Amino acid sequence: MANQTQVTSDASHAKKASPPQGTSPGAASASSSPVKITGVSPLIQIKDLTKSFPIKGGLLGREVASVKAVQGVNLEIRKGETLGLVGESGCGKSTLGRAIIRLIEPTSGQILLDGKDITRTKGEELRALRRRVQIIFQDPYASLNPRMTVGSIIAEPLEIHKLFNSRKDREDRVKQLLDTVGLRPEHINRYPHEFSGGQRQRIGIARALAVDPEFIVCDEPVSALDVSIQAQVINLLMDLQQKLGLTYLFIAHDLKVVEHISNRVAVMYLGRVVELAEAEELYRNPTHPYTKALLSAIPVPDPRKREGRVILTGDVPSPIHPPSGCHFHPRCPIMIEDCKKTDPKLRATRTEHFTACIRAKSEVGEVAVQ
Amino acid sequence: MIPILIGVTLLTFMLFNIFGGDPAQRFAGKHATVEQVQTIRAELGLDRSLPEQYLFFVKQIATADYGRSWASKQLISTMIGDGLGATLSLTVPAFFSSIVFCIGLALFAVWGRGTILDKGTVVTCLALLSISSLVYILALQYLLAFRTGIFPISGWDPSWIGRWQYLYLPWIILFVLSLGPNILIYRTVIMDEVFQDYVRTARAKGMSEQKVFAKHVLKNAMIPIITVIVIEMPFLITGSVLIENFFGIPGLGGTLIKALNDSDFPTIKAFTVISALTYMVFNLLADVLYSVVDPRVKLG
Repeated sequence: MANQTQVTSDASHAKKASPPQGTSPGAASASSSPVKITGVSPLIQIKDLTKSFPIKGGLLGREVASVKAVQGVNLEIRKGETLGLVGESGCGKSTLGRAIIRLIEPTSGQILLDGKDITRTKGEELRALRRRVQIIFQDPYASLNPRMTVGSIIAEPLEIHKLFNSRKDREDRVKQLLDTVGLRPEHINRYPHEFSGGQRQRIGIARALAVDPEFIVCDEPVSALDVSIQAQVINLLMDLQQKLGLTYLFIAHDLKVVEHISNRVAVMYLGRVVELAEAEELYRNPTHPYTKALLSAIPVPDPRKREGRVILTGDVPSPIHPPSGCHFHPRCPIMIEDCKKTDPKLRATRTEHFTACIRAKSEVGEVAVQ
Repeated sequence: MIPILIGVTLLTFMLFNIFGGDPAQRFAGKHATVEQVQTIRAELGLDRSLPEQYLFFVKQIATADYGRSWASKQLISTMIGDGLGATLSLTVPAFFSSIVFCIGLALFAVWGRGTILDKGTVVTCLALLSISSLVYILALQYLLAFRTGIFPISGWDPSWIGRWQYLYLPWIILFVLSLGPNILIYRTVIMDEVFQDYVRTARAKGMSEQKVFAKHVLKNAMIPIITVIVIEMPFLITGSVLIENFFGIPGLGGTLIKALNDSDFPTIKAFTVISALTYMVFNLLADVLYSVVDPRVKLG
């Protein structure tokens, strides 16, 4: 166990060493997002983050097993960027997103915000942290209290953090927030059920923006919406990022959506990040066999252009008993015997492109691993 | 409301006047002569046509004048009025104090969900629930009244000042009896709320857990809790027959049992209609309360 920790943190060093390369103008302009990365200083650093949920059983409720939702994840989220996080259902993306903003207690590892360790902050400090990091939830139907008006839902964070001078001031700010997310300020006294799904998600966004945060975890914010509405909400999120200088962790399982909004993309499989690269680079040159399979599954409008579909066999293994070595080996088309034993670390295979696969060819040499 | 009311009266009427055998015959007794039965039938108005009798019955309900009991010859409205006072002074304090206490305890159990505190509460409630109410009555009457003499064993004082001393022990018993089921139901309802997405949203806003409970959890849990309370409300009036019997409280429970034993048709009819009315009134009350606590429900 100790050994594993050692190795993974090595990988994080490898990654931390590389950002300067990514700052080259070429890499930044290659982004498909209209938002340019302004700086490279990391806003969030995640070091070897692990979260396992105990499964209790027996008469005394002892821990009999655990769901290893997130296992030793190392990531960096840079100021002003959108980091996309994709993966199948149950791969731990939401758990990771929530653990980063401390909505879930991480089991081990470290989270740094602007270089400051926030892994164990408590009480007042934790509540103060909620002003800097916010979250937009997936389900716009269930995540708004049905018995509060839109005005009081959005005003609540202002009240908690005492961010207004007078009642008039509070009302003005709520109306302004409604306007910011494209809702009519007159709707301040309506209840959530009087709105459509897209409008409800806008309320959720206004609520998250109320405290003027720097970092927002977008936890599948559009998966519950119609496709036409998805585009509107995505564009709103991108506009807001430009206007307010926000940093996003954008969690989704829709690869096209992620490609559109993200500067960089991380692919997760069974609790681990298996590939990380600039969005365009990842979509053009996927190196991990899992990423290749995911990308080939994106529906193409023209059936004649459909080619080289990689079809994975089997299901995602249980995160209670993940496979040995590389978690992906039971489904991997290029698996070799060594994959069952070796736990692959993220290593640079191209510039600013990291892959956790021992079979991926490295074009920048094996230097980054050590 | 109105169709239900007509349905209830019609059904009650048919039950007693058409399917219940000849009331005059029963009233006169086994050895009555034909003339006696005829006289009684005329006296009770049973010689008139069924529609006429039904209208008479409806008029009785509308004026709250149910005639006289066949057994005691007392005015039924007086009997019910007397019994109601006794029953309510027994049930109301126990009922409402139990609700407040149980909601509080259920909140604590949910607060400490998964801990010994919560599990202990559930196990205790199940244990309390599994014991027959007779055991509570006998054991507490024996211990707190007979052995220690803290409370009187039984008795009644019709005056409003004098009656309380006889009611303390019955209150305690009713309270203890309600603990098990109430806490379990409230705990389940509140536990449902704790895992709602909007409660998680409230936490993400940076709200303290106490405020999350007060503002989001409890307020939303009140909707199902009100339903449960309203369903239990007729208990206030039908009371606890057992406890009234054991403690010699002249409540409605005793009146009803006596009427049933005596085949006292007018009294039973009055009870049937009144309990139906009670249910309807409390349902209406629940609807009104919903509109107060839940903005999605609008009256009218």
